[in-house]
Amino acid sequence: MFKVLDSAVPVACWSCSIGHNDSTLFCPHCSKIQPPPGGDYFSVFSLEPKLNLDMPALEHEFHRLSRKLHPDRFARAEENEKEWSLADTALLNDAYRTLKDPLRRTEYLLKLLGAEIGDGHESKEEKSVRVPVDLLEEVFELNMQLEEMRAARATGEAYPELQVSLEQAKRKFDALQQSVDQELRDEWTAWDAGDAGARASSQKRMVALLDRRRYLSNLVRDVTETLGA
Amino acid sequence: MAEGRVVGIDLGTTNSLVAYMEGDAPVVIPGVDGSHLVPSVVALDPIPASGGRPTVTVGNSARKALIQTPERVIYSVKRLMGRGLEEIHEELRLFPFHLADDVEVDEVPRIQLGELRFTPPEISAYILRQLKRNAERFFSSPVTQAVITVPAYFNDAQRQATKDAGRMAGLDVLRLVNEPTAAALAYGLNRAKAGTIAVYDFGGGTFDISILKLSNGIFEVLSTNGDTHLGGDDIDNLLLAIALNEIHAEHGVDLRLHPGAVQAVRKAAIEAKILLSTEPVAHFNIELPNGDSYQREIPRAVFELLIEPVLKRTAGPCKQALADAGITPEQIDEVVLVGGSTRISAVRQLVDDLFHLKARGKKPHTELNPDEVVALGAAVQADILAGASKSTEEMLLLDVTPLSLGIEALGGTVARIIQRNSTIPASATEHFTTGVDGQTNVAIHVVQGERELAADCRSLARFDLKGIPPMSAGLPRIEVKFLIDADGILHVTAREQRSGQAAQIEVKPTYGLTDEQVESMILDSFDNAEADFAKRLLIEARNEAETILTAVERAPQSTAWALLRGEEQSAIIAARDRLTLIKQGENAAQIREATLALDQATRRFAELMMEATVSSALTGKTMNDAGEELADTVTAPHAMAPAEFQ
Repeated sequence: MFKVLDSAVPVACWSCSIGHNDSTLFCPHCSKIQPPPGGDYFSVFSLEPKLNLDMPALEHEFHRLSRKLHPDRFARAEENEKEWSLADTALLNDAYRTLKDPLRRTEYLLKLLGAEIGDGHESKEEKSVRVPVDLLEEVFELNMQLEEMRAARATGEAYPELQVSLEQAKRKFDALQQSVDQELRDEWTAWDAGDAGARASSQKRMVALLDRRRYLSNLVRDVTETLGA
Repeated sequence: MAEGRVVGIDLGTTNSLVAYMEGDAPVVIPGVDGSHLVPSVVALDPIPASGGRPTVTVGNSARKALIQTPERVIYSVKRLMGRGLEEIHEELRLFPFHLADDVEVDEVPRIQLGELRFTPPEISAYILRQLKRNAERFFSSPVTQAVITVPAYFNDAQRQATKDAGRMAGLDVLRLVNEPTAAALAYGLNRAKAGTIAVYDFGGGTFDISILKLSNGIFEVLSTNGDTHLGGDDIDNLLLAIALNEIHAEHGVDLRLHPGAVQAVRKAAIEAKILLSTEPVAHFNIELPNGDSYQREIPRAVFELLIEPVLKRTAGPCKQALADAGITPEQIDEVVLVGGSTRISAVRQLVDDLFHLKARGKKPHTELNPDEVVALGAAVQADILAGASKSTEEMLLLDVTPLSLGIEALGGTVARIIQRNSTIPASATEHFTTGVDGQTNVAIHVVQGERELAADCRSLARFDLKGIPPMSAGLPRIEVKFLIDADGILHVTAREQRSGQAAQIEVKPTYGLTDEQVESMILDSFDNAEADFAKRLLIEARNEAETILTAVERAPQSTAWALLRGEEQSAIIAARDRLTLIKQGENAAQIREATLALDQATRRFAELMMEATVSSALTGKTMNDAGEELADTVTAPHAMAPAEFQ
């Protein structure tokens, strides 16, 4: 979907005609806004693809670029500049939304590297197919309890013991999520610092961790929804 | 390009306003009658005796027609904007107006108004045109560019309908701004503070909650939520239902059969509601057509119990917005209250509970008039867009899309492609292919909403990707790009990647007007022409002059005239003669000036007239003000109705 870091294609500025690097949002010569550049989300912020990012710096850069690119700054500009401001800002916002969120950032980087990852918007059924083996028994139990709870709610009965046990399950799966998050953070450091070989094995582990993370968060969401209904 | 002024418009359910930046402060532009608020009411005058199209009036004068000719008046049209036939059916039962009888299911509903039919955007366009004219009268120059506010929770169709209305009114709508965000701009103008704020916007017909993060002039919306059908109207309807039911039970009169009488009761209900914000008790005292009178006491405690279910509906969206922003109530530094309904003390109590304010020694912000703050913020945004002012050059608004965007997938489920609360502009790219060999069309259904099934979401548009080169099933690769712009409106483009051919898209909005329809509905297309504009200003000025001259002509017959001193009388006569002379000329500004001079000269006379006609003395009012107030009770000295031209 996006070219990986291979964006040093020279193009001519529409305004001053001087050639510049394709990955730039503004012409380095005449400062005019340019059509959406190639390159990935990291290059929008002039960053190397890394998983540990300096968040305050990212936000600062997001605000700095927003001030220059936003359509509000081009309300009375010519049509072409208006259009590019819209497209560039959409790219900036999409990039910021993806990079500021740890899970989306990890997924995005892995996809850039060619990994097959659920694209985040498959249906509920598809999401629950891959049950992690070590959780099979507990998930089976939990689903039974969720069904009972929903049935109880429908008839208006109170099931205090069920409530307590679901809350316990929620705490347990919350804790599991947190440990996955910690493992992911460890992998970030390993990937960022690693050579090609270390990176390749880290990538594999991260793909598995993301699958597990997605499964757990759907589970927690179901429990929260049922408890809060 | 003409770099005229950009005005900010609050197109409200109940009232509308227009404002602009005067130096570094936003101010509301008054109408001819001096009032800041233009009631969002549109009336069709009776067909003139000479034939031709009946005149449309807007605002206070239209509101007066509500009781005499309810079948010729429309109010709260914002609740119908961008909605389909089946959606507004239920809603319309509460209103005196009704649908045209030939409306088809898949077209924009039209409302029957007297002998004519109008779509909701056309009605809104009349309101916008009135605001545009008020601004043009104020500046004595044409106004063609505007920022218009919309509820944050408005969907794509409702936003598009609002933009269409602007175009019909001859306005280039530079931006649609979300109402709560506009309010934050109005408050944030003079403080470069950093912090997290919540804007609780409870208006006449809509409820919005927005959570924003402020830093160095950047207003970044973190999350927004709301209900586009929840507002003061719902409270009025509760009171109205009580009165109608009791009148039916106690007096055997079913007022529902008399639209005019229902509007009179509605007016009484609104007055009672407003009174209960400051008083412990209000009364209904309504004359019935059969001569009986209906009387009822409404203590505040009863009122609060009655409206509790309505108020509680605002709590859910607030909690969801906090959860989406990933913050707790304690992390909210400031709460801003917007909209007339936030004057209700039970609403303030609820806000206090939701954000734990009192416990933290905090109070919500109410310094700016809650009826005006949105228009003031729109003026700030207008100034940002105009880009010409020091006071706003550091400010930038980063808003979000309130609803997730999705496409209908196999089995009727929704595949989300842009999540709610994504900063806009936002985009998503999706790939589609064919299911049958040689297939040249792919149908796509775009929806907006948070539900799992497409049928439960709001249908935005259906389109066909046409002209796909015939290939084996699954081989074509069509890239479709969805882009939500800074107004929160969706744009779609598509390309077949294997052939490099741009697939042709025919976007059919589920609820909306086509470009051609909007074009054909543009109100007086010559409205912007310079010559026409000058002519209109002149006609308006002459009409205003005529109104006051007619009133002054009758003055010597009134008892109040005798109470004036000799020099006061001669000052009035001198001002009258001067205006009569200048009115013959072609200079609108001079006529306006002479009209104002005569109005000033008759100030004391107006006061004396009022003392003579109504028992309470109203001091400090000019005849302009007096005319408006006396219009209902006595023969007005000169009720200055806003001029209207066709």
